[in-house]
Amino acid sequence: MAIHQSKIARNIWLGIENLLLHKLRSFLTMLGVVFGVGSVVAMLAVGEGASKEALQRIQKLGSNNIIINSLKSIEEEGSSTQNSHMSIYGLTYLDYERISSNFPNVQQVAPAKLIRKESKAGSNILELRIVGTTSEWFKLVPRQLLAGRVFDQGDVDNFSAAAVLTEFGARRLLANRNTIGQPIKIGGDSFEVVGIIKNEEGMAGNIQIPDQQVDAYVPLSTVRKYFGDIFFKRTSGSRTLEMVELHQIIVQVDDVKYVESTAAGIERMLQNFHKKQDYVMSVPLALLKEAEATKRRFNIVLGSIASISLLVGGIGIMNIMLASVTERTREIGIRRAIGAKRSQIISQFLIETVVLSTLGGFVGLAMGIIIPLIITYFAKMPTVITMQSVILPLFISVGIGIVFGLYPAINAARVDPIIALRHE
Amino acid sequence: MDLVTFKNIHKVYEMGAEPVRALDGVDIGFQKGSFWAIMGPSGSGKSTMMNILGCLDRPTFGQYFLEDKDVSKMADDDLSEIRLKYIGFIFQSFNLIPQLTVQKNIELPLYYLGWDAEKSAERAKVLAAKVGLETRLNHRPSQLSGGQMQRVAVARSLAVDPHLILADEPTGNLDSKTGDQIMELLTELNKEGTTIIMVTHEPDIAAYAHHRLHMRDGKVERIDSN
Ligand SMILES: Nc1ncnc2c1ncn2[C@@H]1O[C@H](COP(=O)(O)OP(=O)(O)OP(=O)(O)O)[C@@H](O)[C@H]1O
Ligand SMILES: [Mg+2]
Repeated sequence: MAIHQSKIARNIWLGIENLLLHKLRSFLTMLGVVFGVGSVVAMLAVGEGASKEALQRIQKLGSNNIIINSLKSIEEEGSSTQNSHMSIYGLTYLDYERISSNFPNVQQVAPAKLIRKESKAGSNILELRIVGTTSEWFKLVPRQLLAGRVFDQGDVDNFSAAAVLTEFGARRLLANRNTIGQPIKIGGDSFEVVGIIKNEEGMAGNIQIPDQQVDAYVPLSTVRKYFGDIFFKRTSGSRTLEMVELHQIIVQVDDVKYVESTAAGIERMLQNFHKKQDYVMSVPLALLKEAEATKRRFNIVLGSIASISLLVGGIGIMNIMLASVTERTREIGIRRAIGAKRSQIISQFLIETVVLSTLGGFVGLAMGIIIPLIITYFAKMPTVITMQSVILPLFISVGIGIVFGLYPAINAARVDPIIALRHE
Repeated sequence: MDLVTFKNIHKVYEMGAEPVRALDGVDIGFQKGSFWAIMGPSGSGKSTMMNILGCLDRPTFGQYFLEDKDVSKMADDDLSEIRLKYIGFIFQSFNLIPQLTVQKNIELPLYYLGWDAEKSAERAKVLAAKVGLETRLNHRPSQLSGGQMQRVAVARSLAVDPHLILADEPTGNLDSKTGDQIMELLTELNKEGTTIIMVTHEPDIAAYAHHRLHMRDGKVERIDSN
């Protein structure tokens, strides 16, 4: 059976055969590229994983959003521990109204008042975080509705005692009873569970995601009416009295391009009306940009480290190939005497180098894929292998073979056959 | 008709003050199908002549015709092609490639001619049989005796059916019995029509040739023929 081997395939095979003659040497020569490529792929995977996770979380906050949180100022924090006076701080209902009406690019605003209250359903007890808000909340923090409904403007207007629980809260409080329409007690008052939503929790970048497992969403008007604006805060040992109107305001801007200017405007406005810095603004978009910039910087650093290690690998290969050319001077002379052209000698040595570096590239790639898997498994760090982080190092390893193989190959072709044949 | 014609060939090595005239005006024709022995004292220019004949080197001055082609001015790649298609080399120190098997060594010129692997292998087997090494195809040169290595070299030189075989002291590293075997092989090839030019110091080896060319100081001293 005649299997037609293409010339290139045959040359590559000859190259492999030659490398197999010196297995250990070829393997050692390859190591530079193996570790170079391996570390590049692994580092890219770790970097990509970290930044992807950060980006995803930040995007979850909404790149059109601005999140403002009340903050107990530092001097307040210090003085309040001395005697039990009441600390008054944070965002106000007026802030909410001004933000809603004074900024042309503000589309929706969701205020949130957060109070921890013990709640009961039958014999089940759970401390809930009551989120007093408006129906806009559910648009700005969109979560899957699992049962029932979320409350609307009507509920807010009518001071409805309606509560929307998270899946977690519903399981804890209501167990397997029919959930929707169940009455529950929150801090002594009776509420009706109107809906259940799925929740997310955790951090995005350095912003706390607005929702928590133990949330119960209640119309803001109802919360104000039932619980007021003043409440005790338990800190280690003592109880302090605090007055906070709103704990959080989430602002949605109509277009990404106005996010930064609107944030600056709101900041200015707040500075006017607040004597102390008792709030903190987070702009997910800014974080996103920062994360992307960090990623770019990270990539530049990685790229430099990678280039250095690949350069070292390439030099290692070149070194060995130069030695190999010297060692095989006589062979080159024989081939030239028989009729090999200079270009054929060049391609013979070049193919050998490229085969070596590419093989190193593949082994390195395998290493670079396995290492992130191990990291993910043991360090629970996310890693992502992208198509780009696989293909790029392979191209680079072929490139290394060509770049660092060219000089030894040209050296080989320069060998004078007459001198080479006399060479012992 | 002459296969090879030298017209006033000079080869000068500029070494220091005194240039070395390795060949100093050689005029000679080697007939097609002839069998030549080049003799002469050490340093008389025999190897230099062989190198030019084999298109491994260019003359400093003069013309070299192979059949009707003037090869003295050819470019490197063209010389490679001439060597590949027209000339077979046999060396004193065999010059086989150590990491290749006997078969691969014999196939080497065919590889550069672009033959496919299967055809080359067939041809290598035929040639190995011709030099009596059909059972050693998968051996490496290091596993062969000197005489066997030289026979591999002969087989390799025959791979492309060359017009001219150049042998620089082909028996120099062999004992006289093995040397005679190689000479018988060459004689046989000559009878089949191949032109052979060899360098030798030994008169009884030179006796196999039809013509003996005696060199001295880069010049042709005399020629004697059978
Ligand atoms: N590359 C070179 N550079 C300088 N001089 C050279 C070179 N090659 C040969 N020669 C000189 O040319 C002359 C002829 O050398 P050549 O090798 O042809 O001699 P030869 O007849 O083959 O001798 P031998 O019988 O010892 O092999 C010698 O004087 C030698 O020193
Ligand atoms: Mg000589």
